[in-house]
Amino acid sequence: MTAVAMRENEPTALRVRRLSGQAGWAVLAWVVGIAFFLPVLWMVLTAFKPESAAQTWPPKFTFSPTLAQFRLVFSGWGPYVAHSAIATVVSTLLVLVLAVPAAYALSVHPVGRWRDGLFFFISTKMLPIVAAIGPLYVIALKTHLLDSIWLLIILYTAMNLPLAVWMIRSFMLEVPKEMLEAAELDGAGRIREITEVIMPVVSPGLVSTALICVIFAWNELFLALNLTVTNAATLPMFLISSVPQEGLYLAHLSAAATVASVPVIIIGWIAQRSLVRGLSMGAIK
Amino acid sequence: MAVIDSVAAPPPTTEVRPHQVSRRERWQLRLPLLPALIYTIIVTQIPFLVTLWYSFQSYFWNTPAPAHFTGLSNYKTVFTDPAFRGSLVRSVVMTVVAVVVAMILGVLFAVLLDRKFIGRSVVRTLIITPFLIMPVAAALVWAGPMLDPNFGLLNYLLQPFGVHHVAWLSTHALGSVIVVMIWQWTPFMTLIVLAGLQSQPADTLEAAKVDGAGAFATFRELTLPHLRPYIELGILLGSVYLVNVFDAVKAMTQGGPGTSSTNLPYYLYQQVNNAFDIGGAAATGVVTVILTIIVATFALRMFARVFQFEEA
Amino acid sequence: MRYPRVRLRAIGAVGCVAALAALTACSSGGSGGSSGSNSNSGTITVAVVSNPLITGQMIPLTSSVFEKQNPGIKVKFATYTEGDLRAAIEKNVSTHSNAFNVIMIGPYEAPLFAKNGWLTDLSKQYIASDSSYDASDLLPPIAKALSYKGDLYAAPFYGESSMMFYNKTLFQQAGLTMPANPTWTQVAGFAAKLNQPGKVAGICLRGLAGWGDNMAALDTVVNTFGGQWFDMNWKPQLTSPAFEAATNFYVNLVRKYGESGAANDSFNQLLTLYGQGKCAMWYDATVAATSIATTYPAVYKQTGYALAPVDKTKSSGWLWSWALGIPQGVSDSGAAWKFVSWATSKQYDQLVASKYGWSAVPPGTRTSLYDNPSYQQAAKPFAAITLQSINSTDPEHPTLNPVPYVGVQYVDIPQFESLGLTVGQQIAGAIAGTESVSQALQASQSAASQYTPAELSGG
Repeated sequence: MTAVAMRENEPTALRVRRLSGQAGWAVLAWVVGIAFFLPVLWMVLTAFKPESAAQTWPPKFTFSPTLAQFRLVFSGWGPYVAHSAIATVVSTLLVLVLAVPAAYALSVHPVGRWRDGLFFFISTKMLPIVAAIGPLYVIALKTHLLDSIWLLIILYTAMNLPLAVWMIRSFMLEVPKEMLEAAELDGAGRIREITEVIMPVVSPGLVSTALICVIFAWNELFLALNLTVTNAATLPMFLISSVPQEGLYLAHLSAAATVASVPVIIIGWIAQRSLVRGLSMGAIK
Repeated sequence: MAVIDSVAAPPPTTEVRPHQVSRRERWQLRLPLLPALIYTIIVTQIPFLVTLWYSFQSYFWNTPAPAHFTGLSNYKTVFTDPAFRGSLVRSVVMTVVAVVVAMILGVLFAVLLDRKFIGRSVVRTLIITPFLIMPVAAALVWAGPMLDPNFGLLNYLLQPFGVHHVAWLSTHALGSVIVVMIWQWTPFMTLIVLAGLQSQPADTLEAAKVDGAGAFATFRELTLPHLRPYIELGILLGSVYLVNVFDAVKAMTQGGPGTSSTNLPYYLYQQVNNAFDIGGAAATGVVTVILTIIVATFALRMFARVFQFEEA
Repeated sequence: MRYPRVRLRAIGAVGCVAALAALTACSSGGSGGSSGSNSNSGTITVAVVSNPLITGQMIPLTSSVFEKQNPGIKVKFATYTEGDLRAAIEKNVSTHSNAFNVIMIGPYEAPLFAKNGWLTDLSKQYIASDSSYDASDLLPPIAKALSYKGDLYAAPFYGESSMMFYNKTLFQQAGLTMPANPTWTQVAGFAAKLNQPGKVAGICLRGLAGWGDNMAALDTVVNTFGGQWFDMNWKPQLTSPAFEAATNFYVNLVRKYGESGAANDSFNQLLTLYGQGKCAMWYDATVAATSIATTYPAVYKQTGYALAPVDKTKSSGWLWSWALGIPQGVSDSGAAWKFVSWATSKQYDQLVASKYGWSAVPPGTRTSLYDNPSYQQAAKPFAAITLQSINSTDPEHPTLNPVPYVGVQYVDIPQFESLGLTVGQQIAGAIAGTESVSQALQASQSAASQYTPAELSGG
């Protein structure tokens, strides 16, 4: 990191201006970053407060921290987090299993009407699922899938599939033509082409796609709220019911919010680069 | 690297080979696509067809009467109900404002992060975190610890500016929801634009500097045009998700006060869970789908450009 | 070489998926059981409202006491906020999805569901053969409100009316006295004198949109001002002079002397504010007394109680009860009744008293509780006035003039679920200042006018 680069023969006045410009830039960036991050900081801080310290005026910045709120959250969240985890992981795996061949068929050796295919997938994302929620309930009831984790898995897969197809396709487009031609000359069939040439190149892209799918499935509330009760209730539902009708709540809900967000935050922080690649569709090399 | 190429379709295979082989070849090409395609068709189109069917029924969950045919009366209600129109308008307003502001902030933040400085990766981490917070969690935290009129942090921070105990969720309900939407989606825009900035060829920038162009001019003439496909991508994707925002409305304002923050998803939610009007909700849904298709057709033009960009 | 490792990971992933799939197939129960088994054991799912008396008492006591006494029965709770609870429950009973074995409902739902054949007749099915339940011990207004054609369809867990809480210290300091039976005019006068902007609200009132939230309080004011929702021909009366006068009074009172941000406040937030000494007066559910006693002992000592303020009527308090019902045709109904009768029994009261003290016992359901010397002693400040408030309600004649509907702070018709919320939203808008009272009432009137009298009465 060479933020303060030395330049030979630089006149002092110019150097001072340049360095203070750099310093000013850093200060501005830090101020913006911290200000933008402030609500997260406040959420985590409030999670450690006893309720009496969470509802004060002026708001308290110093207090004696307690783990009581977290204990409350952990004592109640068991089934919810299990359901969330299962629905998220299984649906993401299912998405990958379906999306990789589909992306392949839309990129490396495209079908004739690949544009229509791609547009069809994207178009399903544009039709709001909220419109069908009543009939979905009835369908789920009649197929005995109401309040079943499989219902969520099925719906989350359909929810993430279009995005995954689009993303993986764009990563596959990056596979160098030379490698593909070399494999073809080598006599490789389709399967070998996928497994030996394409997958290794695309696997970072698969990671970032999986990440995005995990984020959206983990955070999903609308479908879970309308279609599950107790056997498949997910973490977002736990949160929304943690604002009790009558009683104290600000610190408790901060703790619940923190706990619910931590998995995705950690994944996102560690895999930042992957996230960036995914979100920009692999446009940066 | 952003050379806009023409479509890279495979060369036609039918000239030399016999007819049967090429047909088999065609199906070989299609086969990998079929599982995902069939799956999507079943899981998305069947509910839509059922919704269509219910839109012609009178079906309520607060009476024991079974569903019965009622023709177009649900549609008549949809078109005459000011509540539906209001929620539609609000959806559009919320989406447009949130997307535009998030993109502007995204460009600014991306520019900020594009330069090297001490702790740049930390600042980038701080900036992307709001996108990673569970939306319903973010909404609850903003509604309570941030915006509460009596205990909230925002009122405390704004006190030196003469702001006293504002009840944000009462007097600025829609604005509060939009703020949370912007807060959560700016990182998304930032990352996309940042990718664009970092893919800018350094030599053209150098050349501009050598030519004596100032920072603003360079940005306006060189960078912005380069960023255009990235910005369009961000706007497109962001809109698709933001128009369906539900968590923030449910957790912060429940569509109120009055109906001032009821958007289309929340309106539909209330039709199903409060009025228990399944037929009416189905009709509203069908109308929404038709409207979306119309809007999407216009978006197709933007799509085409993004498609082309994708093949570079 | 990266490739073999990728392959191993892929196999591992597939293995995990298979394992998870097997797990989920075993663990997830799918939708609730088939119809009507009478077994006395099994897993029962109970839908409840999120409320300290439930989350803080019923749920822990169920796992520590009930499940131990009934080893064959496992109880799962689904906790919701009030609005979500109603949505989940009504969906469930209407479509017979049988996701819940026990549902927590009130006097609004019980008669309607019973009429639709969605609830088990508790009197005939269970109470007739279970003398330990002692249905005659239930407070008459509560039992009546939860009955249909003379039979009980939901067992009350706790009951409430509404009353006025006030801070005796602040009153003394201002030289004011709260009469036992105040009028709203008197209350408005007190509020004006006691209001200290930014520090203490003269009066704290509900503003959150919802027929069980702000409308509950406003409806009692409307009733005592001589207003009503519908006339005998089911024509909506929301723009009548009495209704408008009552609404103007309520909205202006809370805007001038009430807490800031009232449009987002219901019981939850107001309890906190009152408990922190930020309200000189607070008009709300009688059960608040229990919450104040257990959560804010300091303010509890300073709290005085008065009957719900009146204007043209003799009494005005609302009547509500959270009660447990058993949907018709659900499985494990024997186990469901075991739970219901346990949670609403005299023994349960004693259990709560032994663990949390007599003042924490769920109030407002049984006469025996109020005859109990220990309870009388522990809840001395508020027991008698609570009982009096409940006993002076009459849901069948809630208003000055005759009305075709039943219900003090609601109208017991299916359409009210939606109409009550719509009007509540409009009122919240008026309280927030985003519209005027007359605009709010106009919009409410047109919402109510969308139903024909035939729909409203025949429903």
